[in-house]
Amino acid sequence: MNLRRDVFQAIADPTRRAILMLLAAQSMSAGAIAANFDTARPTVSKHLQILTECELLKQEQNGREIYYHLNPHKMKEIADFIEPFRQMWDERFNKLEAIMKNYQSKNK
Amino acid sequence: MEPKTKVHAEEGKQDLLITRTFDLPLDLLFKAYIEPEIVAQWMGTKVVKLDVQPHGGYQFETSDDKGNVVFKANGTIHECTENKRIVRTFEMENAGFPVQLEFLEFESLDDNRSKLSMQIVYRSIADRDQMLKLPFEYGLNMAHNRIQELLATSK
Repeated sequence: MNLRRDVFQAIADPTRRAILMLLAAQSMSAGAIAANFDTARPTVSKHLQILTECELLKQEQNGREIYYHLNPHKMKEIADFIEPFRQMWDERFNKLEAIMKNYQSKNK
Repeated sequence: MEPKTKVHAEEGKQDLLITRTFDLPLDLLFKAYIEPEIVAQWMGTKVVKLDVQPHGGYQFETSDDKGNVVFKANGTIHECTENKRIVRTFEMENAGFPVQLEFLEFESLDDNRSKLSMQIVYRSIADRDQMLKLPFEYGLNMAHNRIQELLATSK
């Protein structure tokens, strides 16, 4: 599996971006993170699992609770920030393609 | 599946490369860059001026539904070789970003497919990285606003 692609997918989701932003300020337990969202707790857990799997988050056992914190090394990789930029261009080019296909069939 | 649009940005460099393959013949792809009415459609902006030839230039203006201008951009055309190359500058007005230099290379893959390679050169590495992060930060802000809304309504 392509790990880099996974990072892109991880940050393409708005909830996961919100989780990253919450954790930018401090490390938090899964429960404390889930309390910030109106989505079901298992959904938040799934997001945390995805973010952990692609190494954007690190887990740390603290007593009974697992705390999550950002993996700053991974976040610094500029590649992580490129995906929304790529999507912006992709959408623009998709539009160009659709318009020109339409133009092509009209002018045949 | 390979994404149709790819962005290649090496760390520590002040340029980047965007490549895209289109299911369009080369002349149609090129036309999408030189016909003002077509540019207006896919860029989603008003085209005030578009004169794609050496020493020519362009001006875009986007307004919100109340008619307030929210985005202005302009540039100068340095080279235009039909179905092959456009060299131009791009500058957003009043946005605080320096002008950037763009090399657009058009090539035919077969009768129905073409490719665009767009090299963008920024004034500095920091300027490039900031432009790259803009859409990410925009997404982050949207998420942040949503959290604040949620917090406000859960009180």
